[in-house]
Amino acid sequence: MWRGERCLFEQLHFELEPAQLALLIGPNGSGKTTLLRVLAGLGLPTSGSVTWNGLAVSELAVEQRAEVAYRGHLEALKRDLTVVENLRFHAALWRTDTNVELILEELKLGSVAHMRARYLSAGQRRRVALAMLKMSGAKLWLLDEPTTNLDAEGRALVVDWTRRHLAEGGLAVIATHQPDEFAARGALMIEL
Amino acid sequence: MGAFNAVFSRDLRVAFRRWSELAHPLIFFSIVVTLFPLALSPTAAQLREVGVGVLWVATLLSSLLALDGLFRGDAEDGTLEQLLLSPVSTTVAVYAKVTAHALVTLVPLICLVPLSAYTFNIPAAALPTLVLALLLATPTLTVLVGLGAALTVGLRRGGSIVGLLVLPLTSPLLIFGTRATDLSMNGEPAAAPLFLLAALAVLAVSLGPLAIAAAVKVGIE
Repeated sequence: MWRGERCLFEQLHFELEPAQLALLIGPNGSGKTTLLRVLAGLGLPTSGSVTWNGLAVSELAVEQRAEVAYRGHLEALKRDLTVVENLRFHAALWRTDTNVELILEELKLGSVAHMRARYLSAGQRRRVALAMLKMSGAKLWLLDEPTTNLDAEGRALVVDWTRRHLAEGGLAVIATHQPDEFAARGALMIEL
Repeated sequence: MGAFNAVFSRDLRVAFRRWSELAHPLIFFSIVVTLFPLALSPTAAQLREVGVGVLWVATLLSSLLALDGLFRGDAEDGTLEQLLLSPVSTTVAVYAKVTAHALVTLVPLICLVPLSAYTFNIPAAALPTLVLALLLATPTLTVLVGLGAALTVGLRRGGSIVGLLVLPLTSPLLIFGTRATDLSMNGEPAAAPLFLLAALAVLAVSLGPLAIAAAVKVGIE
């Protein structure tokens, strides 16, 4: 995979099984985000392929896209909509009937539920992004530094959700600078 | 259909929460239309001569003013990439976004045109044709604008390039649109240019969203 004139990584090969976690580690600029975007199908690798259940990710059928969720640095919140409106829109896109209030409660966002997203703090925005991830019901989570801006309690929640997701047979690829937080048995460490 | 409604109503809601931005193209249109009589000699005959052309060019330029927001806002806050990854057909999502955009930017503009036409001494009998021609040009113009916005979504300052990209392509609309209005001002049947505008609209509505969806995917990478 190249970015501009620079080769980020080459000869990278890995496979994930259900209930398995992969941690992407490496210094800033080593290509963690680029790799995650390629895995999500938002970019094409310079050479090679990425497949999900045997199908190239960039050619997944519309319905199959629901099985993969990517959360990057951008929270995908409309600043002029309230938190609840943002979540309802997300639920409509992903055709889930999750209880928005329940998730907000779990994330301690109940008090800002009807506030416009522009007034949220960075940590609160990150929490709403996590709510969207949870609501998507995807099997494969692709997370780019999901604990950034979160307090200790929020970080613990992310780790706990990831554990539960894996226990239910889900898969996760997480780019992080604190691999110890997520470390689980059988986790695949990918160093870029 | 559910996805179309979700995207459409969200875009309308976002647009009305930022209503001051909706007013920019309208104010720009009013200013351009006012500047012309100041620059030319404001005799009734002369205004009537140039009026149709001025109104059409002002509409095209004003519609360019709003187009940068079509995809850029969504690209900057990350909702565009989530839209591409969500289990919703990108073409449907683009259809909804473009329709909402046309509704909140072009339709108010077209409502303003008859008022300005009055100040240019354009006979009231020609107004229905003028408005009809503008409405028929709206889908094509929206698709051209959408294509420009989609192709430049990855560029930090795409706004000015879009104008260079889109404006030359709008010339058929300008030619047929002004011709139709001219004909009806002289009391002749204006059906031929209107049919041509309608044909372009059908082409734009059927193929446009597919092209824009492909352009967005390229633009975001």
